Amino acid sequence: MTGTLAALGAGLAVIGAGIGIGMIGGKAMEAIARQPEASGDIRSNMIIMAAFVEGAALIAILLSILMA
Amino acid sequence: MVQRIFLTFIYILLYTISVSAQHDSAPKAEDPHHTEHVATNAHGADAHSTDAHTADGHDVAGHGSEKFDPAATAIHHISDGNVYTILGFTIPLPTILYSKERGLEIFSSGNFHPGHHEEGHNAYNGYVLHLGSVYKIKDENFPQSGSVELGEHAFVTKQENINGKMRDAHYVLHNGKEYRLDARSTLDGGILGGGMTSFMDFSPTKNVVGMILVSIFLLILFSKIAKAYKNNPTKAPSGIQGFIEPIFLFIRDEVAIPFIGKEKYMKYLPLLMSIFFFILGLNLFGQIPLLGSVNVTGSLSVTLVIAVIVFIIVNVSGNRHYWSHIFWMPGVPVFVKPLLAGVEIMGLFIKPLTLMLRLAGNISAGHIAILSFVGLIFIFGQSGASLGGSVLGTVVSIPLTMFMMAIELIVAFVQAFVFTILTASYIGAAIEEHHHTEEGHH
Repeated sequence: MTGTLAALGAGLAVIGAGIGIGMIGGKAMEAIARQPEASGDIRSNMIIMAAFVEGAALIAILLSILMA
Repeated sequence: MVQRIFLTFIYILLYTISVSAQHDSAPKAEDPHHTEHVATNAHGADAHSTDAHTADGHDVAGHGSEKFDPAATAIHHISDGNVYTILGFTIPLPTILYSKERGLEIFSSGNFHPGHHEEGHNAYNGYVLHLGSVYKIKDENFPQSGSVELGEHAFVTKQENINGKMRDAHYVLHNGKEYRLDARSTLDGGILGGGMTSFMDFSPTKNVVGMILVSIFLLILFSKIAKAYKNNPTKAPSGIQGFIEPIFLFIRDEVAIPFIGKEKYMKYLPLLMSIFFFILGLNLFGQIPLLGSVNVTGSLSVTLVIAVIVFIIVNVSGNRHYWSHIFWMPGVPVFVKPLLAGVEIMGLFIKPLTLMLRLAGNISAGHIAILSFVGLIFIFGQSGASLGGSVLGTVVSIPLTMFMMAIELIVAFVQAFVFTILTASYIGAAIEEHHHTEEGHH
């Protein structure tokens, strides 16, 4: 039972991170399309932001591993 | 082009064969394993799920078709081990064990006679090798010194309630009796499934060997490249030099200089380059099939050490502004300052924690995905019982595995890059000189 709940928790965390990273990626693509000359800066900032969002999801996943 | 596709297929095929060679745990009717199963059954032991870490392996009727457990197989393949399997051959490694009762013991893990599935066929000095890892036999009645023959399929896994949680408990069978094995020794105190136990394992494991190999390779590679620059500074780069130079320049120009600043980046460049190429080398080395498939950057202990190094360097090089922004944030009302200090202190530790988890999680997840796709062969083939299913599974599995490996190739670069860029941004934030003109500090 706790295993199932932990799996659900990990899944919910991934939904959040997926929405977050999707928005970051989408906006970054829009920004690059608008200003192609700034694509280098936008890309590295995009990766950093995605990494932060992913970090929050990873903490949730770690918690679910510990709970399982 | 056609040649390349052909070579890729050969590569995947070899990989699949090597994995299946390690996993054909399916006993056919004439298989000697099967008779052995029955023989051990006669001794009255009830549980024989030698491979499957499941509770339902208990029923005797289930022996004819031993269930393939993809999760357990994947976990076994990404975990560390005391033997190194290369091209199907098991290479013993030195084993350094310490227990309170018996002191320090150093011997080769070849004494366990590791065989199929990295299972030791012998017990040595009261220790056994189970799925590549050394365990200590808890029971005092087991012969405590010298080699004891166990034979194949000597290990039993049961689900037991340990400290309120259902955990796997391992037993070894010897002369019809079950002997409880102590859990793996881990320093995390059991939060990740291990536990503090009666012995410590200081052995250079599979991961350590992988790390040493990659370090030696990088050392030779980079000293060769450095020599080429020293000898012919004006000559255009050639060979491997031409491959490394753009990557090196990319990290310098896109990561180090923008984040740390033109004046100070030289001080931190060696750290960033070491982190990047070490992680990249290990990521790529772990993806080569048949070469032990070590999962170094996917193991939390390795990434923990790199993250701790980053944590120490960031905080040692932090200047006054950095610390003032943590403990007494300027430019906010006084009653918010303690709250922000709490959040910032948490952030201090969360930063390296996420660095550690991100790398280990991504690399382990990739390995698990590839192993699961390979496992489709055994799921469709009902562990070797159905030939048609195996063929179907192979047809489905090869493109999926190829796809996943291509993704993992990208992930190997991206994760090394992300680790480096985050390290650079943390260092940059720590050494940045703030100009508080906008906040009215004149």
